[in-house]
Amino acid sequence: MELNRVLLGGSARGPALVLAEPLSMWGGLDPTTGEIIDRRHPQSTSIVTGTVLVLPWGRGSSSSSSVLAEAIRLGTAPEAILIVEPDDIILLGALAAEELYGATCPVVVVEPDVYESIETGDEITVGEDGSLTVGRRKTTHDPSPSG
Amino acid sequence: MTLQLSDRDQALAAGERGPAVAMAMRIITRLAEANRARRLIDVTSAHIDSCLYHGDAGLDFAERLVDDGGRFVIPTSLNVATLDLLHPELFRGDAELAERGKRLMAAYVAMGGTPTWTCAPYQLDVRPGLGEHVAWAESNAIVFANSVLGARTERYGDFIDACAALTGRVPDAGLHRDEHRRAWSVFRLEGISDQLLRSEAIYPVLGHLIGRATGIFIPAITGLTPDASEDDLKALGAAAASSGGVAMFHAIGITPEAATLSEATAGARLRLDITIGPEDLRRARDELTTGAQGSLGAISIGTPHFSRAEFKRLAALVSGVTVHPDVEFYVNTGRGELAAAAAAGYLDPIRRAGIEIVTDTCAYVTPIMRQTEGTVMTNSGKVAYYAPGNLGVDVAFGSLADCVVSAQAGQIIRDESLWS
Repeated sequence: MELNRVLLGGSARGPALVLAEPLSMWGGLDPTTGEIIDRRHPQSTSIVTGTVLVLPWGRGSSSSSSVLAEAIRLGTAPEAILIVEPDDIILLGALAAEELYGATCPVVVVEPDVYESIETGDEITVGEDGSLTVGRRKTTHDPSPSG
Repeated sequence: MTLQLSDRDQALAAGERGPAVAMAMRIITRLAEANRARRLIDVTSAHIDSCLYHGDAGLDFAERLVDDGGRFVIPTSLNVATLDLLHPELFRGDAELAERGKRLMAAYVAMGGTPTWTCAPYQLDVRPGLGEHVAWAESNAIVFANSVLGARTERYGDFIDACAALTGRVPDAGLHRDEHRRAWSVFRLEGISDQLLRSEAIYPVLGHLIGRATGIFIPAITGLTPDASEDDLKALGAAAASSGGVAMFHAIGITPEAATLSEATAGARLRLDITIGPEDLRRARDELTTGAQGSLGAISIGTPHFSRAEFKRLAALVSGVTVHPDVEFYVNTGRGELAAAAAAGYLDPIRRAGIEIVTDTCAYVTPIMRQTEGTVMTNSGKVAYYAPGNLGVDVAFGSLADCVVSAQAGQIIRDESLWS
């Protein structure tokens, strides 16, 4: 896959959690549990912890920076964030957490077709240079156990 | 395309004014590089959103800046925080949250922030003018500054607000630049009744609808009444910045960079061109309500913070009204507007009716409400959007008049004729 625009560099790996709608971390993510708590969001109650979070864009509150930084501090954050439209508010949460705690949550901009092509559960590897490797999730047509 | 720092920027980054400013410059520089900015520019003021406690990451950041000698170099206002320092008895959270929230507030005052504690810095005596560059965080303040004042701020989050206040510098990117301020979508109101167009209730509902549809792309809106007030536009922007990532809108013929639709779009090809009729507004209004049938527990208005003009309206509406004993009724405001409303005599009838006034914070971001049972009613699109997640309650959206009528009755009553 071609190189993507890196907002905050770092390597990471995890199963994709692809959000069907944008998310405001503040009012949308509980940093103590990693749960999506926006009750209007189609993926409300999903857990972002340990995933590579894939979303179209950010929404809403400026406080989302603080909530993401807090989630990174507590270890409930995604391993990395892939986003279609660059978002300062999300980036700042990751930048501040790196400054404060040396913990890196890479933030990479991806093309819309990449967002469309990734499915929840795909195993994503993010390279330092923004490269992505996507291991396809086992589909329901494949009886072999996943994971 | 690479970032060119001035000599002064480089000196700050190298630590000339100490490690707090150096860290701030490092974060600004990394944000500038991520946004492919070529330079940094001066800002004349900052509005800090980071003073509301969301966990120790924010506190660690602020206290590190204080410990490292951080001092704001431009006028800096402070957003709502965890505690109402004027009415501390209203706080119902635990002692630890109060202590952390207070420490965070103290850190931002120690760096030179003005203790305004309001989400509506555009209600303060001094506010930025057309074309003035500022660094404002708080989503509703951002959208108001860009749209209504014509000032220029990017959609800033926490942390960068303090970095800008410590350095007076931000990346020359995003909404600071002409080419990013044009509309990409158009929403045309058609067939809406005069009654609804003249009602304040159309604005948060329209904002909610537009935010969901347009996401982060700047919308232009046609068909609003030309005499829309600042409070109307405040409500529209706050809702659009909750359901979407709207940092600016153009109300054609109303806001300063949108005398005409062609000025607002600047010839750009539109991503969306949507006609909005009465049914669309009714549906959007219904989306803002999750529990119209349940019992009424509380009413919260003043998100964003209530203005003196809104106090005047409320004072007239509550004449002869007593809030039902089973209902809590809060109005959230800033200290400046509270003082102005008090001087004008608006507060006595409001307090007599049994309405509690909250300053410095907001009843949906910190534990204030006594009961958690029952639906929370509001005239705010922003509260209606966030309260189900933040407070774990059902919400019902209604006009200001609906809220007052419901408060007296002790049950949710809404004037449906407005939306028919």
